[in-house]
Amino acid sequence: MKQESTQVLYGLYNDEEVLLHAVKKAKEDHLEIMDVYSPFPVHGLDNILGLTESRIHIAGFIYGLIGCLSAFLFMTWVFTRDWPIIFGGKPYFSALSFIPITFEVTVLFASVGMVVTFYTICGMGPGVDNPTLDDRITDDKFCIAFDVDDADAAKQAALRQFLTDTGAEEVNVKSI
Amino acid sequence: MSAPISAIREPLITGSKTYHTITEDICGPTERTPTTAWVIAFIFAVTGLALYVFSVTWTIWVGIGSWNLNRTINWGWDITNFVWWVGIGHAGTLISAILLLFRQKWRTGVNRAAEAMTIFAVMCAGQFPLIHMGRLWLGFFIFPYPNTRGPLWVNFNSPLLWDVFAISTYFTVSLLFWYTGLVPDFATVRDRAKGLRRKIYSYISFGWTGSAKHWQRWESLSLVLAGLATPLVLSVHTIVSFDFATSVIPGWHTTIFPPYFVAGAIFSGFAMVQTLMIMTRKVLKLEDYITLEHIDSMNKVILATGSIVGVAYLTELFIAWYSGYIYEQFAFYNRVMGPYFWSYIGMMGCNVISPQIFWSKKMRRSILVTFFMSIFINIGMWFERFVIIASTLARDYLPSSWSYYSPSWVEVCLFIGTLGLFSTLYLVFMRVAPVVAVAEIKAILKTGGDQYVGPNIKHDNDHKESTHH
Repeated sequence: MKQESTQVLYGLYNDEEVLLHAVKKAKEDHLEIMDVYSPFPVHGLDNILGLTESRIHIAGFIYGLIGCLSAFLFMTWVFTRDWPIIFGGKPYFSALSFIPITFEVTVLFASVGMVVTFYTICGMGPGVDNPTLDDRITDDKFCIAFDVDDADAAKQAALRQFLTDTGAEEVNVKSI
Repeated sequence: MSAPISAIREPLITGSKTYHTITEDICGPTERTPTTAWVIAFIFAVTGLALYVFSVTWTIWVGIGSWNLNRTINWGWDITNFVWWVGIGHAGTLISAILLLFRQKWRTGVNRAAEAMTIFAVMCAGQFPLIHMGRLWLGFFIFPYPNTRGPLWVNFNSPLLWDVFAISTYFTVSLLFWYTGLVPDFATVRDRAKGLRRKIYSYISFGWTGSAKHWQRWESLSLVLAGLATPLVLSVHTIVSFDFATSVIPGWHTTIFPPYFVAGAIFSGFAMVQTLMIMTRKVLKLEDYITLEHIDSMNKVILATGSIVGVAYLTELFIAWYSGYIYEQFAFYNRVMGPYFWSYIGMMGCNVISPQIFWSKKMRRSILVTFFMSIFINIGMWFERFVIIASTLARDYLPSSWSYYSPSWVEVCLFIGTLGLFSTLYLVFMRVAPVVAVAEIKAILKTGGDQYVGPNIKHDNDHKESTHH
C-alpha cells in the first residue's frame, strides 16, 4: 500500500449523529469526501455516503458453490471410478452419505474464501501498516477526511469552515 | 439496527458509559500488570497444562494400553471428553452467530469471550480422537491425500470421517469469525499503545483504519459468516451424534440423537459460558458490560435447553418401552438400573432437575446460584456422555463379554490436563485481547446504555431521537 503521500484535511466529531448530519450536509454541498472513519459501524452512513452494497456475499456464494461441487464430485469420482469399494452393501454412488462432507466443505470454502477476499480488497493483512489520521478514531472520534492535494487556499479554507460549522471539534491537516 | 427500542428493556450497559470510558474499561486490563487473582488462576492453569503434557506423553510413550479400555468397552473417558468438549464449544457459536441473526443485542457483552471459549474447547476436544488413534504420528491418514497406497482413499461414508471434516471446518470457521471481529479491537489497542507493544498490535490488527467502506464490508462479512456458522454448528453436533446413531448398537441407534445432542451441547456450552463470565466480570471488573441482565438471559437459555434435554431423556425411555424390542428395552433398563446407575442419577439430577430452579427470576439473577448451577450442569453433561458411551458398551449382545470399566490414572490426568490447557488459553486470551467486543459495545451504547434506556434514563438527553433510516 505504498503510494505517494496525500494531503488530507480532516475534522473530528464527537458523536455519530453529528457526523451523519455533517456527511449529509457535505453531500448536499457537493463536497467530495475522501473517506469517513469511525470507531464502530455507523448505521445509515453507507447510504448517505452513497456506498454501493458490499458484494462480498456474492463472492461467498461462488466459493461455496466451488466447495460444494468439488467435494461432491471428488467423492463420486473416488467411489465410482478411482477405487470402488462396497461399504455395508450400499451402492458405490451413495449420494446421501456424501451430504455431510459436501456441506462441511461448502461452508469451509465459502468462509475461508470470503475472509481472504475481505482482507485483500480492504488492503489489509498480517503486518500491513496502513496510515491512520488520528489515534482517537478507534476510540471515540468520528472523522470526515477531504483530499486537499490539489485544493488551493480558498478551497481549503472553505472546507475548514464546513467542518467547524457542522460541529467538528478539531480540524487538522496531515499528509498520509 | 434501527429497530424501535422499548423503554421497558433492561439496559445492557450500566454506569453511564461514554465511548471513551468503554475503551478504557475493556482495553485497560490488557495494559496493566496482571492482578493477583489472575496470577493465582494462571498458576493453577499452568499446573493443569503440565499435567496435560505429561499424560499425553505417557499415553503416546506407553501406548493406549495405559488406559483401562477393554475389548467390550473400547470408548471410555476419551470419547466422553471429546463429545463433552465439542458440546461446550457450541454455545460460543450460538451466541455469536445465531443470536446475531436473531438481533439479540445482549449477545454483544459476551460474544467475544464465548467465541474464544469455542475455539479453546474445540482444541481440547480434538485431542481425544487423535490420541485414541493410538499412533498419533499417523494421524494424517484421516485426510484424503494422494498417497502411495493406490491412492487408497478414506471412507467418505463413515460418520467418523464426517467428524474429521465437521470438527476441522468448525474450528477454522470459528477462528476466522472470531479473529475478524477482533481486528478492529486490536486496532483500538494498537492506537493506545507505544513502542514494541504498538508494533505487535499493529501487526495483528492487519492495518485496520476504520474506513466507512471497510466497516460496511466487515458487517456484511460478519453477517454471512454468522449465516454459515449457524447451520454449521447444528451440523457439527449432529455429525458427532451420528458417530453413535448410525451404529447398530441398541441405545445408540436412535433418530432422536441429533436434536438431543445439539440441545445438550448448547446447554453445556451456556453453563461453561456462565462459569467463565462470572469469573471474568469479577476479575476484570466488567460488571457494567456483563450485567445481571446477561446472566438472566443465559439462564433462560439454560432452562430451555435443559428442559429439551429432559424431554429427550424421557422420550428415549418411552420409545424404548414402546418399541417392544427387547434389546432396546434392555439397553435402557441397563442405563437406569445397570452397573452405571450412579452416572444416570448424576445426569438426571444435574441436567433435568436442578436447572428447574431457574423458573424463579430471583434464582436466575443470583450470581452464586448461577455459578454453582453452571458447575452442576457441566458435571451433568459429562455424565450424560459417559452414560451414553460406557453404560451402553458395558452390556452388549453377548453376555459372556459383558464388562465394567473405570478409568486409569492416565485417563483422569488427561481429562484434568485438558481443563488446564483450556484455562491457560483462556487466561492468556484475557490478558492480550479485549474480552468484550469494544466496537460492538459502542455500536449498541445508544440502544443499550442505561443513560438511554431503562429506569435511570436521562430525560434531558439531546440524543433522544435515534437514527431511523
